[in-house]
Amino acid sequence: MASTEEIRSNLAEIVNEIAGIPVEDVQLDKSFTDDLDVDSLSMVEVVVAAEEKFDVKIPDDEVKNLKTVGDAVAFIERAQNG
Amino acid sequence: MSKTRVVITGLGATTPLGGDVSSTWEGLLAGRSGARRLTDEWVQNLAVQIAAPAAVDPTEVIERVKARRLDRTAQLAVVAAREAWADSGLEDSGMDKERLGVAVASGIGGLHTTLSNYDALQQNPRRVSPLAIPMLMPNSSAAYVSLEFGAKAGVHTPVSACASGNEAIWLGLDQIRLGRADVIIAGGSEGAIMALPLAAFGMMQALSKRNDDPERASRPWDVDRDGFLLGEGAGVLILESYEHAKARGAKMYAELAGAGISADGHDIAQPDPTGSGARRAMERALSEGDLTPADIFHINAHATSTPQGDIAESLAIRQALGKDADHAVATAPKSMIGHLLGGAGAVESVATVLALHNRVSPPTINVDKLDDQIDLDVATEQRKLPEGDIAALNNSFGFGGHNAAIAFKSL
Repeated sequence: MASTEEIRSNLAEIVNEIAGIPVEDVQLDKSFTDDLDVDSLSMVEVVVAAEEKFDVKIPDDEVKNLKTVGDAVAFIERAQNG
Repeated sequence: MSKTRVVITGLGATTPLGGDVSSTWEGLLAGRSGARRLTDEWVQNLAVQIAAPAAVDPTEVIERVKARRLDRTAQLAVVAAREAWADSGLEDSGMDKERLGVAVASGIGGLHTTLSNYDALQQNPRRVSPLAIPMLMPNSSAAYVSLEFGAKAGVHTPVSACASGNEAIWLGLDQIRLGRADVIIAGGSEGAIMALPLAAFGMMQALSKRNDDPERASRPWDVDRDGFLLGEGAGVLILESYEHAKARGAKMYAELAGAGISADGHDIAQPDPTGSGARRAMERALSEGDLTPADIFHINAHATSTPQGDIAESLAIRQALGKDADHAVATAPKSMIGHLLGGAGAVESVATVLALHNRVSPPTINVDKLDDQIDLDVATEQRKLPEGDIAALNNSFGFGGHNAAIAFKSL
């Protein structure tokens, strides 16, 4: 099972690829919209790329609850363990 | 009421000959071909395997994250628009952006996006990009150009197949003459070198099949021409009211004197063989520009290298200009850059403006034996243009019977 840090780091690479945010800025306490300036359509792309990368399902209804990088990492961890 | 004078104050281009205006113009003057044999895997089953791709990949110029949100057609448009905008010096002029408009055309729109997302859909609907619609819509190039510079007067996308680029200039001219804007960023773009258009134009028997000799495939007016060569790229011109340009001390390349549009009302794909539609477009451009045939010394012809089209245009030019066509040098840039579809009229308008500005007509290449049905003064070498007040025409015609002619005047 991937560690929290592994998930964060892989997610950071996805956010960098799609939105151009430097990998080191994608930290657990950062808000996707307020801190990282990831717009809603880019967020959809991040979610779909994360689903494929981590082999999980992230329902569209869930996306609005993923406000911070930490929220997303925690969701992915739960989904992988569930 | 006197017409508002409109001038060209900025130029931008990215073409099969180069990633900017100067390299494109140098290539045209040198008679260089941008054609090549395609080696991509997707081309192997196609009857036509040649094209003229953009010399500089737009993704090398546009920032990576931005580039992935733009279809290739919009990428090319943005590259050309940035050059034209910088050339105009308008960024530092403090102009009111509510008086800045955009008219950027495309013949087909975001076809790369349409096709790649259809492939993604077949694999998994969740792989379809959330940006697919804003990337594939035909107005995408114009919209992204307006976002680049904050244009707020209005954003327009004329769609008239291969006449689209010229129609954008026609539309832009009207916006300024009607007092709706002081400046219009006008042009056209196309990035459609893909299997589907090559196969489809090929099935229409519209393309040259000289796979073994790509640089000699596009041969407008030559007796052995067998169809056009698909090219890609974009051209953008800054159209500005003379008063606005003069007030800020802008450099002016030429005057956009008039533009004429007509329809053949004849056939969806074949040109009217009498050339009457094309003739009316040229006549309208002249009369709107207060010009007479005697003023025309350079004609950038549509001349795609198809057997019928080149003859119909030659007839039309003769009807529009009569004996005055004798002193007008005819030039066919498509012999070098291929046919840029919605980008053609815009790139060739850039070339026409430069011909007037530099007083030289670029050559037409591959005219080994002039078709005796072509009654034009075809220059196979560069030709100097006379000093004094002269004017030029740029023709573009499109599937659907669209004819669009632009008249430029020297300054």
